[in-house]
Amino acid sequence: MMKKIRILIAKPGLDGHDRGAKYVARALKDAGYEVIYTGIRQTPDAIVKTAIQEDVDFIGLSLLSGAHNELFPKVVELLKSKNADDIIVFGGGVIPESDIPGLKENGIRAVFTPGTPIKDIIAYIESAK
Amino acid sequence: MQNLARQVLKQDIRAIARSISLIENETDITQKEALIDTLHPHCGNAIVWGITGPPGAGKSCLLDRFIEHLRQDNKTVAVIAVDPSSPFSGGALLGDRLRMQKHATDDGVFIRSMASRGHLGGVAGATADAIKIFDAAGFDYVIIETIGVGQTEIEVMELSDIVLLVLVPGLGDEIQALKAGVMEIGDIFIINKKDLDGADRLKSEVEYVLSLKDSIESDSKHPICMTSATQNDGIGNALSQINSYFAGLRDDGRLAQKRKERIEKELKHIATTKIMASANRFLNIDQRLNGWVEEVFQKKVSPYKLLNKKIGDFLQEINWQ
Amino acid sequence: MSKDEHFQKRRKDWEDTTVKKTTDRFPERKTEFATSSWIPADRIDIPESGDFDNYSDKLGFPGEYPYTRGVQPTMYRGRFWTMRQYAGFGTAEESNERYKFLLEQGQTGLSIAFDLPTQIGYDSDDPIAEGEVGKVGVAIDTIEDMEILFDGIPLDKVSTSMTINAPAAVLLAMYVAVAEKQGVSRDKLTGTIQNDILKEYMARGTYIFPPKPSLRLITNIFEYCSAEVPKWNTISISGYHIREAGSTAVQEIAFTLANGIEYVKAALKVGMDIDSFADRLSFFFNAHNDLLEEVAKFRAARRIWAKVMKEKFNAQKPTSMMLRFHTQTGGSTLTAQQPDNNIVRVAIQTLAAVLGGTQSLHTNSRDEALGLPTEDSVRIALRTQQIVAHESGVTNSIDPLAGSYTIEKLTDTIEAQAWHYLNKIEDIGGMVRAIENGYVQKEIQDAAYRYQQEVESGERVVVGVNKFTIKENPPSDILKVDPKLRDLQINKLSEIKKLRNNENVTQKLNELRLAAQDPDINLMPTIVAAVKEYATLGEICNILREVFGEYQESIVL
Repeated sequence: MMKKIRILIAKPGLDGHDRGAKYVARALKDAGYEVIYTGIRQTPDAIVKTAIQEDVDFIGLSLLSGAHNELFPKVVELLKSKNADDIIVFGGGVIPESDIPGLKENGIRAVFTPGTPIKDIIAYIESAK
Repeated sequence: MQNLARQVLKQDIRAIARSISLIENETDITQKEALIDTLHPHCGNAIVWGITGPPGAGKSCLLDRFIEHLRQDNKTVAVIAVDPSSPFSGGALLGDRLRMQKHATDDGVFIRSMASRGHLGGVAGATADAIKIFDAAGFDYVIIETIGVGQTEIEVMELSDIVLLVLVPGLGDEIQALKAGVMEIGDIFIINKKDLDGADRLKSEVEYVLSLKDSIESDSKHPICMTSATQNDGIGNALSQINSYFAGLRDDGRLAQKRKERIEKELKHIATTKIMASANRFLNIDQRLNGWVEEVFQKKVSPYKLLNKKIGDFLQEINWQ
Repeated sequence: MSKDEHFQKRRKDWEDTTVKKTTDRFPERKTEFATSSWIPADRIDIPESGDFDNYSDKLGFPGEYPYTRGVQPTMYRGRFWTMRQYAGFGTAEESNERYKFLLEQGQTGLSIAFDLPTQIGYDSDDPIAEGEVGKVGVAIDTIEDMEILFDGIPLDKVSTSMTINAPAAVLLAMYVAVAEKQGVSRDKLTGTIQNDILKEYMARGTYIFPPKPSLRLITNIFEYCSAEVPKWNTISISGYHIREAGSTAVQEIAFTLANGIEYVKAALKVGMDIDSFADRLSFFFNAHNDLLEEVAKFRAARRIWAKVMKEKFNAQKPTSMMLRFHTQTGGSTLTAQQPDNNIVRVAIQTLAAVLGGTQSLHTNSRDEALGLPTEDSVRIALRTQQIVAHESGVTNSIDPLAGSYTIEKLTDTIEAQAWHYLNKIEDIGGMVRAIENGYVQKEIQDAAYRYQQEVESGERVVVGVNKFTIKENPPSDILKVDPKLRDLQINKLSEIKKLRNNENVTQKLNELRLAAQDPDINLMPTIVAAVKEYATLGEICNILREVFGEYQESIVL
């Protein structure tokens, strides 16, 4: 047997636009990954605890409300505090280009903005795993 | 490995999670066996439930309510939620925990989604050992939520102390399900969405089928509970019925009997797997198979003749008898 | 009379009765309408010959059943649609400034965007509101914020649309109370609350309570408004977000109308008379790029709704059968790549909405795939509507695409496919059940997945995204909300909590709890009383959460 890559797709914050998150979840499943999807309105704490229980390799965060600068780094911070920062965090959604460097400094390893083809996300996962 | 097991016994969440991955991935069999061996003395305290029933019956939602009630009694709960892997991509979309996500931040609850990875029977190949990990880690309850496809889910019966079969009116195939023997799996019957039309009719149908079953088994009455998980209605009652059913099992020795049967199956399973693996190794089947196929195809030999000979040679070689 | 003369005779009847009744009260904008080359444009064009009965059944005349060609007899010859830009961000003060800017620019109605904590009934100081305060709209905690929001805007002069659903009753109560403070009586208030919870469960996500108590709140609002705020549109049944979630055009109208049917049933169940509330129901649709399909979609929606109201619910009043709708151009069609291209997309979508006979319109700004729109972008979006209204000429004759083979075929096809869904949902046992068992969500997700796969494969071209791409510099001027805003809002809130009469607040909240426990009591008066005492939105919603419980998302993946 081979180790399966497990990925948590999570929506922090309060926005209910889950079209992108669901699409990515389904497309990653079709690419052969095990994907855990938790639905909308997840707190950073719930996301991190879920990621640890599910022993995922990646967390993909999706947010369209503009709260990414607050919530994405919070997830990374909590992972660190639980010695789980080997889990790789990437993000997507309506995120202005100018926010990306700041997010990367805060431990978000990759940011995918609208229009990113799914093959780019898969390529990233394969290169980072 | 000792270290990982020690962490599991200390209820370290990451260690538990990683142990389950270790079992699922089967990347290192020796390590996996060592882990389970170390944990074995600490197993046997958890109460193991299986929850099964057709898709759309509200299993996750109901489970969410049970967790809520069990937590009020200060019981810790581990959940293994099984979903199918895609036979095409090998990937899986694991969404059962969504319904239970309000417990995500509760340290007394551990939810693990598990893809079936091709295993049949409504659970995953790793489910049995994952139960042991949770059991050894000290969870009061370990609950398995099956994929929910019906009569093929016998395996959950072999893994759990009690199986809750969740039914719901209006799926249209109730009677078929009853006839098809799904009923054999359940210890407790839960009719969820009891506010829907047809709930009472479904209840009498279940009662009827059970009256036949009970007259054969005659050792216990199978409770039928009516719930509405979304309305949080009937959950407490169902829980106390489950608990007293369990107490009955425990007190008259049927629980021990059940668990022994489980061990028996497990031993047989391990034995078969190991013998198969050893025999494979010795006979070198994988490499020689092509040649054999050719021989059989050209009618130089028949399958039985060929294999009786090969295995006979092998047994002689290892001085069997 | 020869068969073909029917057409001209009916047209004359229509001019003499339906049109005349309207023009007597509201004359048309001009006495003569003509193209840019002075070719006269008739009010309406109809076939000269053909199957008259078929024409009457399917199309009829504007302002007459089945309203395929429009709900008003003169449509845009009487007056243009309401140009209503959805706006709001940050604090009430900032949003108030933006509203005044928009009114100065010639906008004719307000459309309030609330931030997510407000939409989900949390105060700004709730831990779950972290990062979200003031982000996608304005933060409203108490009636004080609402007063600031409408400061200097006379509520009897402006019509206000509020995108608020789960806590719609609370925001409406605040609006009514602010009007009272401005000295405006309730019967003068015009506007809309979205108040459409079913689509929140299936597509938009700002639900709080389970379906049953949510429907009760909705019917409470219907009853309250029918007696107290008669000119208020009590619900805006929205397909917009269903489409944004990835549905097809057919699914958009089918699921929206199915939601409408569910609301009507709920109101009938509490004993309301169909004609006492049906004309206060309004709709809200999306406009995408496929121009002809969109036009056909709007026409089909009107025809279906008229039939549903007349045949299924036995409505008597013509206004009960009219599907009036607001349109917003499709947010999900905007691209972050080459954002100026979005101006063109929005122009096409504007045409779709206008040719489809919309009553009001919001045009998206080019930069909305990047963040909140800047003032410049908002102006261009509004100008797009003004150009279509004043320069394009499509407003001269009513329903000018009617009779096109393609348009009529599309209209018929969309109608047939939508009926198929409506019947299916009826078979499942209504929309609430169809949502609870995930049927609708699954249909939408499958369509969204298929669409995205086509984009990924290049089979479907999105200009600037998967074809005709260029290297771009990141856009520079993106509007951002000050992250400190939450602290400001929290301070304001704690000040109010100190200054208000807390005994009165507790008492009003207790009254609300008791009222909520009795399903036969209308909650609106109690909520109005509570907001007047400066009870916060969160406090009120928490009481209701306690009594009603919270909805748990149902997802079929």
